[in-house]
Amino acid sequence: MDKSPFLTEEHKMIRRMVRDFAEKEIRPVAKQLDEEARFSPELTKKMGDIGLFGIRIPQQYGGQEMDTLAYTIAVEELARVDSSQAATIAAHNSLGMGPIMNYGTEEQKQKYLPKLSTGEALWAFGLTEPNAGSDSRGTKTTAKLVDGHWIINGSKIFITNGASTINIGATVQCVTLNDEGKKEFTTILVDANTPGFTRIPMKNKMVWRASDTAELFFDNVKVPASCTLGKQGEGSKIMLNTLDSGRLSIGSMGLGLAQGAFELALKYSKERKQFGKSISEFQVNAFKLADMATKIEAARNLLYKAAWLKSNHKAFAKEAAMAKLYCSEVAREVADEAVQLHGGYGLMKDYEVERFYRDQRLLQIGEGTSEIQRLVISRYILDEYTNRE
Amino acid sequence: MKVLICIGHVPDTTSKIRFTDNASKFDKSDIQFIIGPYEELALTRLLDIKDAGTDLHITAVNVGPVETEATLRKALAMGADEAVRVNAEPLDALFTAKQIAEVYKKGTYDFIVTGKESIDYNGGQVDGMIAEILGIPSIPSASKFEIMGSVAKAEREIDGGKEVVEAAFPFVIAAQKGFAIDPRIPGMRGIMAARKKEILVFEPSEQANITKIIHHYLPEAKSACKKVAADNVEELVRLLHEEAKVI
Repeated sequence: MDKSPFLTEEHKMIRRMVRDFAEKEIRPVAKQLDEEARFSPELTKKMGDIGLFGIRIPQQYGGQEMDTLAYTIAVEELARVDSSQAATIAAHNSLGMGPIMNYGTEEQKQKYLPKLSTGEALWAFGLTEPNAGSDSRGTKTTAKLVDGHWIINGSKIFITNGASTINIGATVQCVTLNDEGKKEFTTILVDANTPGFTRIPMKNKMVWRASDTAELFFDNVKVPASCTLGKQGEGSKIMLNTLDSGRLSIGSMGLGLAQGAFELALKYSKERKQFGKSISEFQVNAFKLADMATKIEAARNLLYKAAWLKSNHKAFAKEAAMAKLYCSEVAREVADEAVQLHGGYGLMKDYEVERFYRDQRLLQIGEGTSEIQRLVISRYILDEYTNRE
Repeated sequence: MKVLICIGHVPDTTSKIRFTDNASKFDKSDIQFIIGPYEELALTRLLDIKDAGTDLHITAVNVGPVETEATLRKALAMGADEAVRVNAEPLDALFTAKQIAEVYKKGTYDFIVTGKESIDYNGGQVDGMIAEILGIPSIPSASKFEIMGSVAKAEREIDGGKEVVEAAFPFVIAAQKGFAIDPRIPGMRGIMAARKKEILVFEPSEQANITKIIHHYLPEAKSACKKVAADNVEELVRLLHEEAKVI
């Protein structure tokens, strides 16, 4: 995997570092955290200590000043061991810190980014609502400007990192009215301790059980107008750009999960004996492993290219959508075959592959469903064709 | 206080070992190189000592071609302050020891740390040779190490017990298991900081090549374990006699 032409020696070092960490600190506790559906602030802090918070944030704000590929590899290596921890890191970096870094004022960056780079505090991104999923323009949460303050009312759902004890706030997408009374979208930074802002953890998840998922409720939440992120009315742009980057995160999680499930299947199929030999010696199983490895290789190349485009400040939105779509679907296919190779044991919680099989299911839904990715990709390619004519 | 730590550039323990040139050379293609595990523990211990408040400037040194800089870079990411690469293909233990002794003489180091052996050729000779060349004491295979003011204290495992030794500076000490518990994992901040640290390149002092590798042999593949029923002593004796040929 490190023969990719996109990787530098530093990227390889980051892979080894995160892999060592994930094997030593995450794998031994992943099963128990999953079973107890427990978000661990202690483990989160350890991830902060090795620098997984603020990976792309400049040093002056406390970050690590690495490129998108470094971030991609870090998330991939976490997901190779545990999707829940990968989700915490991916959401915090790309959805939590990303918009503040890209659209925040100097004052907002100074206020939030240093403390969000330590591993002691998390920031969430509130976009999805009960009735605004794929159709994010259906947002109902409103913000009204009254005497220099926003008054926010509404709710958000499925918000990663939104309700744990170390969450200190969220960027919230709201419907506002412009000077002509027309509907527009504005993103607003809301601190967790603001009166009227309630954050409730969502329980009984099938996936990512050790990550924190929240419902957010806003009941006449009052914040100064200076908490606007970017300009009033820029909400749509901020959201769309943030989601382009977020797609690389989900792509990385899909790739990492597929790699992890593949390694589990490879190991098991060499150890498991039936009819007097390892099941990997039967061609039907060896071919499954060959298909899994090939898909993972293709997914990795697609994702790294998209990340490389972003690292090099080139247009990457189409490739990011392709990488998100493909990596998440490869994760499903590989996890499914990995369970098949485990046979009945793959259905037992004692075997790690069972968790991988559940966790992959989010990837074709979160941050734009597979269907939405196809819509995005098709628009790009049809536009390109039209422009050629 | 200044310390020179030798950083081995060795194949990852999971590497598939192959040879080229009629088995006279180790095939480096497709091999992932790492810091030698004993040196990794040694560096970890030095960093722990530094973190606990001892003023320690750590220089990582390697005798090797340019590709070993990636391994030195990792030592810098772990927390070494600077690195020196002696630009030569290491020929044998004496050659390497002489080069490191030269580096030591160019600086003002208080002591030298090595691993007890590399995990590729497993010579285990460099530490003793450096000490001999420089005429300073050597503490081989140490499993604990502390700096206590003007002396250093080390623990060594010996047949049937432990030996505790004290040494005045300078000296050479070789680390084995126990020197530190777990190797330190470099963080992103360390990797970022390593970008700005310098790797100095020294040309080797001329030394004769006194050994030559003629041929490498791979160990024979381990055969599968044979189980003999507990009551079948005759079969066990027959196998030990005819197949294993140990009785």
